[in-house]
Amino acid sequence: MSAGRAADGEPAIQARGLVKRYGRITAVDHVDLTVSRGDVYGYLGPNGAGKTTTLRMALGLITPDAGTVKLFGRDPLSEGVSALDGVAGFVEAPRFYPYLTGRANLELVAALDGGDAAGRIDGALDTVELADRARDKVGGYSHGMRQRLGFAGALLRDPRLLILDEPATGLDPGGMRDMRRLIRRLADQGMTVLLSSHLMGEVEELCDRVVIISSGRVRYEGALADLIATTSGRYELRTTDDDRAAAIARAQRGIEDTTHDARGLSFTAEEPAAAALSIALGEAGIGIAALVPRTATLEELFFRLTEEAAVAPASGGDPDPAPIVEQEVRA
Amino acid sequence: MSAVTAPRIGRGRRAAGRPGVGTVYCWELRKLRAQKRTYLGLGAAMLVPLIFIVALVSSSGGPDEVPFGRFVRETGLAIPLVGLLFSSIWLFPLIASLVAGDIVASEDNHGTLKTILTRSTERWQIFVAKLLATLTYTFAALALFVGIGLVIGGLIWGFDPLPSLTGTTIPTGRAILLIGAAALAYSVPLMAIGSIAFLLSTITHNSAGAVVGTLILSFTMQLLAVISGLDFMRPYLLSEQFDSWQGLLREPTDWAPIGHAAWLSACYAVPALGWAFVAFLRRDVAG
Repeated sequence: MSAGRAADGEPAIQARGLVKRYGRITAVDHVDLTVSRGDVYGYLGPNGAGKTTTLRMALGLITPDAGTVKLFGRDPLSEGVSALDGVAGFVEAPRFYPYLTGRANLELVAALDGGDAAGRIDGALDTVELADRARDKVGGYSHGMRQRLGFAGALLRDPRLLILDEPATGLDPGGMRDMRRLIRRLADQGMTVLLSSHLMGEVEELCDRVVIISSGRVRYEGALADLIATTSGRYELRTTDDDRAAAIARAQRGIEDTTHDARGLSFTAEEPAAAALSIALGEAGIGIAALVPRTATLEELFFRLTEEAAVAPASGGDPDPAPIVEQEVRA
Repeated sequence: MSAVTAPRIGRGRRAAGRPGVGTVYCWELRKLRAQKRTYLGLGAAMLVPLIFIVALVSSSGGPDEVPFGRFVRETGLAIPLVGLLFSSIWLFPLIASLVAGDIVASEDNHGTLKTILTRSTERWQIFVAKLLATLTYTFAALALFVGIGLVIGGLIWGFDPLPSLTGTTIPTGRAILLIGAAALAYSVPLMAIGSIAFLLSTITHNSAGAVVGTLILSFTMQLLAVISGLDFMRPYLLSEQFDSWQGLLREPTDWAPIGHAAWLSACYAVPALGWAFVAFLRRDVAG
C-alpha cells in the first residue's frame, strides 16, 4: 500500500488496546474492536460506558493514552485529516452555527471538505427532507432537524464509513423509521456503518455485529445472531391439558427447569429433548397448541452483560473484571 | 427523512481538492459577518470618534494636555490622532479581545469545533485562518476608527496641514499618509493584545473569561505604568507601546519607539501564539 492511501484490505475501523483516562477515571480501558468493510456495527453501552470517548478517538478529536485506532488502515493521530478520507459522521449531537442558515452550514462544511462536496448539498438536503427549511437559521431548528442536518453534513463527504452517535435522538417515530430505512439502504449499497445507539430495537433491526461496552471495557464483541443464540434452549408450551403436560415434561429426560402457570409451561431443553417431549405429549393424547423456542432479546442480553459488570465490584468480585469474549458468552 | 432518495455511495477518496487556508479564512470572515458581536466592536470603533467630535463641537474646551490636542479645532487631521491616544486605554483592547477572545472558545462551547475538525481541513489551517480573521477584524476596526475621525473631523474643521510634534508643519497629503502609518504602528501592540486574547480563548475554552482576562491584563499593565516606583518596567509594558506612532509625526522621524514597540510586541505575541498553536493542535476536543 502506498503511504498516502488506505489499503483496500484493511478493516474500516480497527482499534487495539485503546485507553483513555481522565484523572483517576479510566473512560476507555483497553478496548479492541474491528469493524469490517460492509458491516453495520452496533455500539452499545450505558451512559458513561466510554462509547462516545471511543468514537472521538476514532475521529482524531482526542488522543488516546494508549493503543491505536485506524480507519481503513490509517491513523488519524499520525496522518491527520487524510485518515478521515471517506469517513463521516457525528459524535453526540451534530453541532452547527446557529447564526447561519442550514444551507450556509452545509456550504461551510463542504468548503472545508473541498473536492466536489458542495455539489452534493442539494441532494443531501433532499435526502433528509430539509430543503424547505434550508434558508432558515439553524438557531431556529428543532433538535430533530439538527440531527437530520448532521446526517446531511455527513453525506456531503461521500463516505465509505459512517459513524453515527445516537442518530435517532430527537426524531419523531416517522423520522426514526425513515432514518433506519436510510441507514439500511446505505448499508445495502456497501457503506460501512458504526451505529452507537441506546435503542435496542434499532440495533437489532439494523446491525449484524455488535460490541457491548460497560465501564470502559468490552463485554461482548461479535455477531448479533451469535449473541442471541447463546440464550437458546428455553421453550414455551401451551397444550390442551397443561397439568398433565407438566407432569409428563417433568418425567421426560432432558427437560429441565419446568415451570407452569396460567399462560402455560416453560422449560429448558436441547432440541432433541423438546422433540421427544412433543411426541410423548401426542402419545398421551395431549394436543400442542404452541411450542415456541424463546430467545432473550438484545435488551435482556445488554442488561445481563452490563449489569453483571456493574455489580461485580460490589459483590466482592474482581473490581476490574476481564471482558467477556464471544466464546465465553456462547459457553 | 427520505429513505427513497438515499445517495449513491461513492469511493470516498478526497486526496484532490483539499481546501487551503484561504478557503477557511474566507469562511471565518463569513462567520464573523454573521455574528452580532462583530458589529458591537465595529460599531464602537465608529461611534467613539463621532462622540468625540460631537463633544468638541458642543463645547469650547479641548484635550490640550495631550499631543495634537491643541490642534483639534485647527485641522481635522488631528482628530484621529487624539482619538488613538484615548482609545488605547480601553476601547481597542476591548475591541481586539472581543473577537480574539471568542473565536476559538465559542466554537468549543457550541461544539462546532468538532464539526470543523472532522472535515478535510488540518488543525493548523483552521488555527491560521482564525488568527488571520481575528487580525483582519482588528485592523478593520482600527481603520474604521481612524477613517471616521479623519473624514468627519476634516469635513468640520478642514484638512489643513498638521503641526508636527517638533513644531514643523506637515503638508496635508503627507500628513494623511503619516496618519495611515501611525495606525499601522498602533496596530502592532494591538495585535499583541489580540494574540494574548487568542491564547486565552484557546486554553480557557471560555469566551467571557478570555475577553475579561485580556482586559484585566491590559488594565494591569496600565496601572503598573503609572506607579512611580515601577518606572523601570515601563519600557517593557505593552500598554506603553501604543504611543510609539508619535515618532512618525516628528521631524526627523524617530524610529526608535516604533522599533522598540515592534520587538516588544513580538515578545508578547510570539510566545502567546506559539502556546496557542501547540495547545490547539494537541488539545482534546471533547465538547
